[in-house]
Amino acid sequence: MKKFTLIGFVVFCLFLFYAAYDLGYVVKRDFGAPPSSMDDRIIGSYNSTTGEWEYGAVNETGANNAVTSVVFDYRGYDTLGEATVLFTAIAGVMLLFGGRKHE
Amino acid sequence: MSDEKMSVIVQTIAGLLFPMVLIFSFYVILHGHLTPGGGFQGGAIGASAVALLIVAYGSKTIEKKVAEENLSIFESLGGIVFVVVAIAGFILASAFLSNFLVGEPLFGQIPGWGESPLNSGGFLPILNIAVGMKVIGGLSAIVLMLALVSREVKEQ
Repeated sequence: MKKFTLIGFVVFCLFLFYAAYDLGYVVKRDFGAPPSSMDDRIIGSYNSTTGEWEYGAVNETGANNAVTSVVFDYRGYDTLGEATVLFTAIAGVMLLFGGRKHE
Repeated sequence: MSDEKMSVIVQTIAGLLFPMVLIFSFYVILHGHLTPGGGFQGGAIGASAVALLIVAYGSKTIEKKVAEENLSIFESLGGIVFVVVAIAGFILASAFLSNFLVGEPLFGQIPGWGESPLNSGGFLPILNIAVGMKVIGGLSAIVLMLALVSREVKEQ
């Protein structure tokens, strides 16, 4: 059993090393630096002469944070479903323990 | 925990920390469309503030201040705001959950490069506040209810 744990740990470390090596471009970019060409398709292209975003998430939703614009705008149904999951969990807890409190 | 309250030192420090944690939670919720974070994350921070108070002061004291039914009502209010804003997108614009406030003067400023104003993002801040209300109310209600019930089970 201990041998399997060790092998699993080694495989996990190799996976972490590979992921860090493969995603190295994320680390190399400076904080706040202009986006690369891949992010350009998502966030949009900023025209410095007119001072406006030409296409992409910032132009369409007006939010500086592209993650929030995905979570609440492009994938709003997903967030609504998550809120429903939370509501169901609270309803379950209230149903299980709500009557017990007043005994 | 067999004894309900913790010592006076812990209670004082928890009372001092509670408003700061709550303010940080509101900051994360309100700046969800500008900085990392959002409704879920800020709501979890706020619920952890309530959990801190429950650990320090005991669940019975906190229940006298705020009943978990009221927290549940607060949570449902957030859900209603979310759905109403989504249906308003269906009525005022093209589709369900479409961002109908972009371009409007109140919330719809499209930011330039760099810092952007707080009133940008269309209806994203409203949805962030709604989800923050949901998560603060819901997680606080769950933590408070479980603390009350576990105390009663210990007493029996």
